Amino acid sequence: MNTHNRPFVRTEHLPQSPPPVSTSGIIGWVRENLFSSPLNAVLTISSIYFLYLVIPPFVQWAFIDAAWSGSSNKDCAGYGGACWAVVTARFGQFVYGFYPEAERWRPNLVLVLFAINLLPILWDRVPGRTVAALFLVTGFPLVALFFIHGGLGLEVVPTPKWGGFMLNLIMAAVAIIYSLPLGILLALGRRSEFPIISRFCVLFIEFWRGVPLITVLVMASFILPFFMPDGFNFNELLRALVGLTLFSSAYMAEVVRGGLQALPKGQTEAARAIGLTYWQSIRLIIMPQALKITIPAIVNTFIGLFKDTSLVIVIGLFDLLQVAKSSVTDTNWLGLEHETYIFVALVFFVACFAMSLYSLYLERKLDTDHRD
Amino acid sequence: MAVGAKDGGTPSSGGARWWYDPKVRAIVFQVAFVVALVAFIAFIVNNTVVNLEKRDIRAGFGFLSEPAGFEIPITGVVDYSVDKGSTHGVVFLIGLQNTFLISAMGIVLATILGFVLGVLRLSNNWIVTRLVGSYIEIVRNIPLPLQFIFWQTAVFIIYLPKVRDPISIFDTIYIHNRGLTGPKPIGEAGLDLVFYAIFVAIGVVMWLRKWARRRQDETGEQFPVLWTSLGLLIGLPLFVASILGFPLSWEYAELGRFRFTGGMGIPIELFSALTALTIYTSAFIAEIVRAGILSVSRGQTEASHALGIRHGPTLRLVIIPQALRVIIPPLISQYLNLTKNSSLGILIGYSDLFNVFGGISLNQTGQAIEIIFMSMSVYLCFSLLISLYMNWYNRRIALTDR
Repeated sequence: MNTHNRPFVRTEHLPQSPPPVSTSGIIGWVRENLFSSPLNAVLTISSIYFLYLVIPPFVQWAFIDAAWSGSSNKDCAGYGGACWAVVTARFGQFVYGFYPEAERWRPNLVLVLFAINLLPILWDRVPGRTVAALFLVTGFPLVALFFIHGGLGLEVVPTPKWGGFMLNLIMAAVAIIYSLPLGILLALGRRSEFPIISRFCVLFIEFWRGVPLITVLVMASFILPFFMPDGFNFNELLRALVGLTLFSSAYMAEVVRGGLQALPKGQTEAARAIGLTYWQSIRLIIMPQALKITIPAIVNTFIGLFKDTSLVIVIGLFDLLQVAKSSVTDTNWLGLEHETYIFVALVFFVACFAMSLYSLYLERKLDTDHRD
Repeated sequence: MAVGAKDGGTPSSGGARWWYDPKVRAIVFQVAFVVALVAFIAFIVNNTVVNLEKRDIRAGFGFLSEPAGFEIPITGVVDYSVDKGSTHGVVFLIGLQNTFLISAMGIVLATILGFVLGVLRLSNNWIVTRLVGSYIEIVRNIPLPLQFIFWQTAVFIIYLPKVRDPISIFDTIYIHNRGLTGPKPIGEAGLDLVFYAIFVAIGVVMWLRKWARRRQDETGEQFPVLWTSLGLLIGLPLFVASILGFPLSWEYAELGRFRFTGGMGIPIELFSALTALTIYTSAFIAEIVRAGILSVSRGQTEASHALGIRHGPTLRLVIIPQALRVIIPPLISQYLNLTKNSSLGILIGYSDLFNVFGGISLNQTGQAIEIIFMSMSVYLCFSLLISLYMNWYNRRIALTDR
């Protein structure tokens, strides 16, 4: 072997050289994400131009030139920007409607209690989920009714005075609290082996899912009184709540059915095999698992329901949107459609977006739990 | 067996009492359920009859042939006139037509916008995906009633000029804050022949598609179906119309001092409702489209390219058919939602079914039960049709499944 004829072979590693400038760092990122093709370049430039057209004037209008306080639209005359005075001056009405100012601590207290009650249900580090859930359905509505409506020593505030964002929250909370158990029963009924019961549940669910909520509310408002015994007086808010609850129970039933269908059949069979009765197996084996995987979908249904509560303006309840609508026709605040509606949109957006982030967080958390 | 013996029963049934028998239980439960349900319905019907009598309301559908006596901004093709004493039945038809009109327009526009947004959301352009993403989040998280009211009172009525000073397009079409005014087509003798020509063209196109597919299956030769079809659909009616000397004349709108005379108007409420419905639904459709496209694995594109199929046909023959299978069921339910949501037109005064019939007719006649159930059954029929179609579609794609 004549080793000196062997071609050159490197015996040690070369130090790694950095990637070319054009593929790394800011330049590489911009190249790849903004200008990877002529079409993308056009899209990027037109998007930036669009943002340039929209954002600076909006910031100028909404923040820099805005008037933040005042008692009528005349106080905003010199500013040239948004007149947020309408929001700051009528903030109480936007939140509470005509609820008496001296009593507003009561709904606030209920909100705090509601949050405390909800904590163990939504966050699994706090113990006592089952007890909290049971209390939420049974005891809490009574406590809330006592504080918000009054009686037994507290000054009575009749329901027509309830309004604003508080009313949206009350309606959504009541509808969700009662539609969940109803929806579970309907979902179980739909999957029941008894043909009559399952037919009935299918009909019931499909009826409510097939009609717009607005017709349900009008029906609850106009027709429900006819259905009740003579002389039985039905509160306007209660009628809307009945309509909302029945309507959302159908959607809830479909959500729960999705959870039930996702469970393997072996769970039911194993439960029956160890001698549990139907209701025992539902309570101890099926529902805990099915509800756990449906919580994100339940939150999504709640978001939909929450947005839908603004529809009650059709039957004359004084919710946040109705407050806004009557505010823009108030002679003191004429011509402030943009400010008023943007504020209302912002309130709903923040609430719904926060909930959808929570639902996403849950989805991700539950997803890792079930990965096999 | 001791239990059975104590009861004096025979132990041959395995010791189980009769009420543990699943068959007996099924019958007992269901009979009890039906009895309770019937009792409940009887209770409600009885209450209703008593209440109706007490309030002196005559039940029944006689009100449908009573004259309505209120003006409706959009009557469309339905012949309606207060002076001629048009009835509440005609009002129902107008409402039905207007609901269909806005739903159909909304479905077309929302689909186009939604598909564009869905594809843009998947582009590899960072700024575009962010923009589309925030559009979707903003639109989805704001209540639709608010969007209806916003477009109507905070955008169109404020930013469009007054009727006295409209935006004019070639002095024939005028845009102002009450809507759009344009020339009104007036058909002359022979116009129906043009419509027949359109139907004939559609028939020929359908036959052509079948023929071209058969020919491709047999010989492998492709036929330019798209261009021929477009030519037929436009050319044939145009040809017939030109032979007949264009049997259509226009009545132009004249701007008087305060309002237009003549011509044809489309009220602003239609635009507001359409904008709100389109924008709201497009956000949901965009997410559906995105999920559909993502559901087709990359291997499909790569395999198709490896077979030597070019990019266009890959998209058309491999990716889109598979994505559509995921997209179409939720898309259809969005269409259903859009149709149901069109009932929100009542908030801004668009003359849809629920506004003119469920709103004004209800207030005039007081026949709440009949009117609300008639309105509800329209929406119910529509969703029943949709779910029948969905079942059919699901069965069809299930057959072609691997």
